[in-house]
Amino acid sequence: MATTKKKTAEKKLNTYRGGPDDRGHFGLYGGRFVAETLMPLILDLERAYNEAKADPEFHAAMAYLHKHYSGRPSPLYHAERLTNELGGAKIYFKRDELNHTGSHKINNCLGQILLARRMGKTRIIAETGAGQHGVAVATVCAKFDMPCEIYMGATDVERQAPNVARMKLLGAKLNPVTSGAMTLKDAMNEALRDWVTNVRDTYYIIGTAAGPHPYPAMVRDFQSIIGNEVREQMMEAEGRLPDTLVACIGGGSNAIGLFHPFLDDEGVKIYGVEAGGHGIDVPNGHAASMTGGSPGVLHGNRTYLLQNEDGQILEGHSISAGLDYPGVGPEHSWLKDSGRVTYVPATDKEALAALQLCTRMEGIIPALEPAHALAWVTKLAPTLPKDNLLVMNLCGRGDKDLFTVAKHLGLKI
Amino acid sequence: MTHSTRIDKTFASLKAKGRSALVTFITAGDPDLETSKKILDGLPAAGADVIELGMPFSDPMADGPAIQASSLRALNAGQCMKKTLAMVAEFRKRNPDTPIVLMGYYNPIYVYPAGKFLDDAVKAGVDGLIVVDVPPEADDELCLPARDRGLNFIRLATPTTDDKRLPAVLTNTSGFLYYVSITGITGAAAPEVNSVHSQIARIKKATKLPVAVGFGVKTPEQVGALAKGADGVVVGSALVTAIKESLDADGRATGKTVPAVLDLVKCLSAPLRTV
Repeated sequence: MATTKKKTAEKKLNTYRGGPDDRGHFGLYGGRFVAETLMPLILDLERAYNEAKADPEFHAAMAYLHKHYSGRPSPLYHAERLTNELGGAKIYFKRDELNHTGSHKINNCLGQILLARRMGKTRIIAETGAGQHGVAVATVCAKFDMPCEIYMGATDVERQAPNVARMKLLGAKLNPVTSGAMTLKDAMNEALRDWVTNVRDTYYIIGTAAGPHPYPAMVRDFQSIIGNEVREQMMEAEGRLPDTLVACIGGGSNAIGLFHPFLDDEGVKIYGVEAGGHGIDVPNGHAASMTGGSPGVLHGNRTYLLQNEDGQILEGHSISAGLDYPGVGPEHSWLKDSGRVTYVPATDKEALAALQLCTRMEGIIPALEPAHALAWVTKLAPTLPKDNLLVMNLCGRGDKDLFTVAKHLGLKI
Repeated sequence: MTHSTRIDKTFASLKAKGRSALVTFITAGDPDLETSKKILDGLPAAGADVIELGMPFSDPMADGPAIQASSLRALNAGQCMKKTLAMVAEFRKRNPDTPIVLMGYYNPIYVYPAGKFLDDAVKAGVDGLIVVDVPPEADDELCLPARDRGLNFIRLATPTTDDKRLPAVLTNTSGFLYYVSITGITGAAAPEVNSVHSQIARIKKATKLPVAVGFGVKTPEQVGALAKGADGVVVGSALVTAIKESLDADGRATGKTVPAVLDLVKCLSAPLRTV
């Protein structure tokens, strides 16, 4: 018996997919660092999610919505011209930008709104940066007839006008946040303040794989459909698993969704691409929490943060409003420290160049967020052999970024 | 904890006198270090029985606009954890009796790092800690090491803390229990006195600790009414709002700043003194 036990323990240490533990920790990271008012609710949420996870009806409802409402599975597309241009790895795009609402965010929102309904909650709140998550939340709230309030930094309200209009049209109440630097971090603070105040009837749909346990694990589970589909689709296309995975990281929900199903496949090399902004060496000029930050506690979890030596949180910078967040999901922090995933930065300029390359070569305008992942692909792919199968998650479409891109390229709209 | 702390002694002596404590909150370094020191020095004579000193943080998620702005003023004036601890050490040289509770969020403590922060806090003469975002589930991180060093770790109970949850909140709490009178953020809607009293009565059945009530308390009338059922009443947002209203057009302290806060504390403590 003793031997069996030891073997189980060893096996546990040898998997990268076992986290979090029952207190929500991924090694040092994660946890539940929230005000006492929220604790009973966070514990309820964990129970409700565990019950839902074990309920075939919950999964059936999700599968139906994925297929008929958001249009899954999203294609796995061989980017042939780009492959030839870069002259190395065989490049595939996971086309999550083709989902209803234009990004991977809907995967998580469908799961969470079904959970909110199971829990009998009657009001939905959410934070949003670029507005992709806000639009996805407003969309599922329209579909399920639930009142919805979205917190968005006033700076982001200005620079993401198309998504603001979409949210309003969908019937969401938009609350511009004027505290702090008026971006995603401040929107999340304000959403947490709303939640503390309206804790009894309100469900908070967090948009990324961060926040207090069980959010990081739950959002990861809802996004893992991305990686699970890639496994099947790649087997069908090439008869084997991919060799290389690349995804952009803000909070890291699209990345963990792609990565998680492959973490225990030793042969698969995995890269997460953070927002390098003006450059990692520029003080407060980037949003690369892992490459250029240090561990701390914010928004309910311990994780890598952009902060000063006194523990005050920095704002960070990225051309992409969706990556402009000073933290990152705790599972990524753990995967970084454990060495399983390699995290690298891409600058604003590199992302803009990659966006143009993709548009011209493949006729696909990516969002600025996956353009960061693509920037790394343009460096990495030429160093890899032609039989290396590389999958990049094209997690959002670029329509929302046209004004930003035009401004930087000097185009008149 | 076997020995009696400054907080234990203060609540015991007030109980003997038959009155409740006025617990005052200001943010360390608001609106600037020198003015903040003067306010701190004046608080006991103005009627503060226990002082909560806020450790400013860039992202105060449980606080309303008044304390958010206060935190920001302090940070913009250059406040940091080292200065906050030095401020307590200076105060302690002049005042050996009034308990000081440092209140804030975990991150500035975590990066200090935590063990050294606790050592330095003890050295400075800090008596207790309220760290809003470290729940009992993470007691091993901060609460137990603080207790081992003789510091009180004061926890918040809220209207969502039901009888099932209450034991978890009480387990390692010492000094006093802080009852948050509303579901919400600091400085929000005024609490409904009767329901607060019945909640406190419920909590008191489960603990011998003194219970102080706070969040949304702004007037002497509220202080007087809440004190009837509680061992202490906490005021914070009202005081930092008085600071804000005393500043000049450029946000700098004026001759009115220190008296504005201390006069308000006198006024808020009056209903307790007449008992």
